[in-house]
Amino acid sequence: MIEIRVHGRGGQGAVTSTELIALAAINEGKYAQAFPSFGPERRGAPVTAFARIADKPIRTRERVYKPDIVVVLDPTILKIVDVTAGLKKNGLVILNTSKSEEEVRKAFGIKAKMAVVDATGVAMKHLGRPITNTTMLGALISATGVVDIKSMNTPLKERFGGPIAEKNISAMQQAYEQTQ
Amino acid sequence: MPKRVGMEVSLAASEAACAADADLIAAYPITPQTHIVEHLSELVADGKLDAEFVPVESEHSAISVCVGSSAAGARTFTATSSQGLALMHEILFIAPALRTPIVMVVANRALSGPISIWNDHSDIMAERDVGWIQTFAENGQEVFDLVIHAFKVAEDPEVLLPIMVNLDGFTLSHVVEPIEILSASEVSQYLKPYKPQMVLDPKKPVTMGPVGMPEVYTEARWQIESLLRGSKKVVVRAWKEFSKHYGRTYKPIETYRTRGADVILITMGSVTETAMTAVDGMREKGIKVGLVRFRLWRPFPIEELKRAVTGVKVLAVMDRAISYGGQGGPVFTEVRSALYGQSGQLQVFGFVAGLGGRDITAAMFEQMVKKAIRYAKKGKGPLYELMGVRER
Repeated sequence: MIEIRVHGRGGQGAVTSTELIALAAINEGKYAQAFPSFGPERRGAPVTAFARIADKPIRTRERVYKPDIVVVLDPTILKIVDVTAGLKKNGLVILNTSKSEEEVRKAFGIKAKMAVVDATGVAMKHLGRPITNTTMLGALISATGVVDIKSMNTPLKERFGGPIAEKNISAMQQAYEQTQ
Repeated sequence: MPKRVGMEVSLAASEAACAADADLIAAYPITPQTHIVEHLSELVADGKLDAEFVPVESEHSAISVCVGSSAAGARTFTATSSQGLALMHEILFIAPALRTPIVMVVANRALSGPISIWNDHSDIMAERDVGWIQTFAENGQEVFDLVIHAFKVAEDPEVLLPIMVNLDGFTLSHVVEPIEILSASEVSQYLKPYKPQMVLDPKKPVTMGPVGMPEVYTEARWQIESLLRGSKKVVVRAWKEFSKHYGRTYKPIETYRTRGADVILITMGSVTETAMTAVDGMREKGIKVGLVRFRLWRPFPIEELKRAVTGVKVLAVMDRAISYGGQGGPVFTEVRSALYGQSGQLQVFGFVAGLGGRDITAAMFEQMVKKAIRYAKKGKGPLYELMGVRER
């Protein structure tokens, strides 16, 4: 079982991103859960959302305390939240940042394995808005292969429909190719 | 073929009411139930469900509309939570008395105060004695299936009582997970159109809900009691029939690894899945522990419970609600009472956990079991234990 925690700010689509990855996994015949950190939602406040993906039925309703993978949608979160909290040994942090991996490691003292992509830049190019949730899914899949990138198309189309889905798919695809 | 889809569990509850072809939905939004009625209003507005959607101004009105609609012969659905359920309280007693087979989903949430929108079972336990059949779902699939089953049981001419299907708020309601959704035509093979025995009809006037003089009140209440107790065989029969149609088997009491167990953990609701993982972990460590879960809570499945714990020495019963000033949580006191005098060796210990959204972990279940074993060795334990409470 792989446990994923997504950090973002209210309104950036952290919850949507976990739902989309779970839907893709379920469509592949796997088992998955996606859930928010339960409670009232406030735009702009730091939020977390969670997903579990497994080959067998998932028998837990605990919160995710020890994620295998942490995805950070918003680089400013690093200044206020310890995104590596509880991260499993050999866990992976996937960051939206315009900086290099070395620069981020130095600035925030992150020792865990890391993948980086300038998701804000990619999202601005394709969507014209700094909403990085679907872009970061490209990075997540590139760095982990947790689902097949093609499995994202149906959930994205069903969620956003028409041209907006297409823009999100291109943003995701570019991040998939550019993640380091 | 049923479709396996990823879906938020709340929406699966709505899809079940839709597949059951409900005629009327009267509901008021309240967290964490809101997505259920929101989605139903969409299904009605989009023409996917041919039903009357009554957006009332309170839960008291919601349940009142439901009683009227059901009395008029319509297949009736609603959903609520916490304070909303509490506001329905006085009408909840009337629904079984009028023999109105309403199906209500309750997304279980703590009661105020302090204000809490998070999950526990204090809302439903306060409505334990209202004369409704009550079931508890463990996962999204069960939510869908239990809603379909609820209509089948409620509308059975031998029953004609309302049913609450309970699901844990947020912990289950807000989770996206794989669920097999049956279509309306698949459901229609199992669930036939509702044939009311008696309806409110201006052309054929009858009185429903008259005054019960002292000469008849006792008999009227006894009728509800007898019907509710008698409904268990219909509940079980409807699950057997469900299994024949769709392959998923449900029982009033579910057991997990109870064979050869010295200790049994008793739970209700979605945390049972976490408890299974805890039991697996403890079994690996050599602790002979099993798990019993209530799926049916009213009528209380006393014979099934007795069978499930035969030969066991220690029970650790978990509650998700406090009975203030009482003798422990409602599940614990009822289990202990049901088993009183069964065996001189059986010891039953109560644990209250997960109030107002406090997370219940596999480690917490292991603590409960270990505590129960320790208390049993000493031959006594506390009245009940509130897990993880900070007293300073």
